[in-house]
Amino acid sequence: MSTLSIAFNRFGLGARADDSAPQDPRRWLAGQLDRFDPRPEAIAAAPSRAEVASGLSDYLEEVRGQGNRRREAAQPMEMEAQGPAQGGMDDQLAGLPDSARRFIRGVSRRNYLAMVGARTNAALITSAPFVERMVHFWANHFAVSADKLTVIGLAGLLEFEAIRPHVLGKFRDMLVAVEQHPAMLLYLDQAQSIGPQSQGGQLAARFARQRRGLNENLAREILELHTLGVGSGYSQADVTEFARALTGWTVDGLTRGPIRRLLGGSGRAGDFLFAERIHEPGARTIVGRAYRQQGLAQGLAVLDDLAADPRTARHISTKLARHFAGDDPPPAMVERLTAAWLRSGGDLPTVYRAILDSPEAWDRATPKLRNPWDWSVAALRAVGARQVEPQRAAGLMIQLGQPIWRPGSPAGFDDIGPSWAGPDALLRRVEAAERIAARTGGQIDARQLGPRVLPGALSEATAQAVARAESPGQGLALLLVSPEFLRR
Amino acid sequence: MIDRRTFLGSAAGAAVLLAAPHVAIAQAATDRRFLFIIQRGAADGLGTLAPTADPAFGGIRGAFAEDFAGGARIGDFTLHPNLAQIAGLYQAREALFVHAVASPYRDRSHFDGQNILETGGNAAYALRDGWMNRLLGLIPARDSRAIAVSATVPVVLRGSREVASYAPSNLPDASEDLMARVSSLYAGDAELHAAWEQAMQTRAMAGDVGGDIGRNGAATGALAARLLSGAEGARMAVIETGGWDTHANQRGRLGFQLRGLDAMIAALKTGLGADWSNTLVLVATEFGRTAAPNGTGGTDHGTASLAILLGGAVAGGRVVADWPGLGASALYEGRDLKPTADLDLLIASAMAEHYRLDPARTGRALFPNIGNGRALEGLIRT
Repeated sequence: MSTLSIAFNRFGLGARADDSAPQDPRRWLAGQLDRFDPRPEAIAAAPSRAEVASGLSDYLEEVRGQGNRRREAAQPMEMEAQGPAQGGMDDQLAGLPDSARRFIRGVSRRNYLAMVGARTNAALITSAPFVERMVHFWANHFAVSADKLTVIGLAGLLEFEAIRPHVLGKFRDMLVAVEQHPAMLLYLDQAQSIGPQSQGGQLAARFARQRRGLNENLAREILELHTLGVGSGYSQADVTEFARALTGWTVDGLTRGPIRRLLGGSGRAGDFLFAERIHEPGARTIVGRAYRQQGLAQGLAVLDDLAADPRTARHISTKLARHFAGDDPPPAMVERLTAAWLRSGGDLPTVYRAILDSPEAWDRATPKLRNPWDWSVAALRAVGARQVEPQRAAGLMIQLGQPIWRPGSPAGFDDIGPSWAGPDALLRRVEAAERIAARTGGQIDARQLGPRVLPGALSEATAQAVARAESPGQGLALLLVSPEFLRR
Repeated sequence: MIDRRTFLGSAAGAAVLLAAPHVAIAQAATDRRFLFIIQRGAADGLGTLAPTADPAFGGIRGAFAEDFAGGARIGDFTLHPNLAQIAGLYQAREALFVHAVASPYRDRSHFDGQNILETGGNAAYALRDGWMNRLLGLIPARDSRAIAVSATVPVVLRGSREVASYAPSNLPDASEDLMARVSSLYAGDAELHAAWEQAMQTRAMAGDVGGDIGRNGAATGALAARLLSGAEGARMAVIETGGWDTHANQRGRLGFQLRGLDAMIAALKTGLGADWSNTLVLVATEFGRTAAPNGTGGTDHGTASLAILLGGAVAGGRVVADWPGLGASALYEGRDLKPTADLDLLIASAMAEHYRLDPARTGRALFPNIGNGRALEGLIRT
């Protein structure tokens, strides 16, 4: 692999046929930090949070009206994915009540698809593909999964509203924006977590038929996945205390009647709401630090400390090194990124520059297998696509085994090459490549395209296979599934 | 080879002698099938096979206990009523339940717990390959065919020995000519070549399996049966199931999950036909869930859970458990079912008996850090 090819493919999202080759690949990448658009046209046109949340609110009201028995029946939707999510949303519909089917097939799917289209189209035409890649990295780091009915329409908004505006800011600000986003609060059950000693908790204990109370899901995953990392020295007691600190962090406008009055808030569906009356009162100790703050300030203070913790810096630096320097993160690079992170107080552009300055990330000997998203975007960019129909983008990602915003677990999709090198996964890429090539109608000469998208990296064997293909379409398909193109 | 069992007295000595011809047989062809159904997300063992005779059960489980009113009684336990087919297998002595069982993992991270369950290590990411891949190396080479019933290969099957993966695709098949050209394009690339050859073989074997396995348990079970059937079928397979992480509203969700599992097993048995009598199915999860419900009608990450052995090869019809009890002082860390059985040992013992391998050697190969616990015997009909 040449330096230019690494810049295009490992750091960027794959070359477009109409890209001109930059003279200085490193400078080209660094320059993107100044010209990234957090809200390009495609993203700005996506459904708004108010739209999505009011649809969700209507649905929840309908379900409530149908009473408890039906609500129980709707619960199977709230499940994690069945392995590497096969099939489309229709598979989730079996056995659900009509109201849930209508919601998923109707407003939820429309919103989800609109956002899939926005994400894909932004990736196809961006002039800052390195920064777009970082957006995708963070969205996977802070993964929510659209397996959960309430998350389907909101999942894309987490990326657009909490990741994109902060991708060139401080990690701390991204962390707070993510943990206060309705998609995350609903996905990890925070929105319904109630402090047992709070006013609301006491009321619930007296009147509710079903016991409601503390849920530690979000607190655990913040520690394990979003910040410190698993096995970094926190205890079960830290998880529980953190969960208590986060009680009251919920979503506005999704309940009506007496519960809404209890929670307070403006009633604007989908806004972050701190509901004092379900917050567990009291001071607490979490990961060795005392928190005497009251209310919202307590949870924020914990997030501040977690964001600044060296274990967080190391955990995420390791993931970044794995993303750019092969499946085994080089220790020297992890050290360098961790140091840049700590020196700058988690300033993300500083960390990105440290990646660009790491020789390990430019090592030609350690290409990484592209995951299905990376491969699909690179293939579509290579053939000059400027937009794709959302349905087609969503369907392609399902077939390739990486459905957008549906990793099936809060850990996100795996970032290890062999995870995507299964025999069946490879077969599907070949099928997809043939289809992508067919849509170009034989208009692309892969013999000329190859050196443009893989400058200095095209093997003799691939060039020969492409040249000997029986048709332009077949030549293009072979280029897209060549060993060089499958890796970055 | 002298193993520690030689020193365990006459009964054990006799077992070693009896085992010798089996080791010889292992060099011949095996028609034994093994399917591992991984329950990802920490399945609630207490909500699957409930210890209804435990005096503390009703108190600690609260409303969850109501779900077992119509379930099949199995000794001191009751099976969830949605597991009707599995109850039938228990009646036919083809189901064996091992309760209060856990891997060596004692923390509560899904991802680390699953890694240990699948690699067979005693720390997450300590081993790179999966124990089923290592098991492939112990059975006769001509039968060492394994397949993941999914588009990608899970960790338990990954390793140096080639395995296949298969899940039906909605994409139109690529043309034969392109396939042939891809084969030669990958000839010089070790990683892609191996995966591609597997894909071609599997594709030829599976024929035209239509439809989408999606979330449908029965369809997945039937697909696994097709891939495991016949003389040329795979000898081992893995199905990954998700949706077991029931932090909220567990009663409805777990019931739905168990119904899917039950349908999967039924379809597998039907699809395997005569091969069912040579089949062992293991259903296991990375860890269990808290004994008491949480504040949101669910349960949180716990420790010990349930493992199930199913199939015509199983010497079933019983529960194996050194029951620790659900009383407050009996719980692990005051909240979880305490582990009293070793999942690694159970798996190693079952694999050794099923494939007629030496138990000590099998244990060391699959779980390098396995303790000195004595192999369980009589799990499999030999």
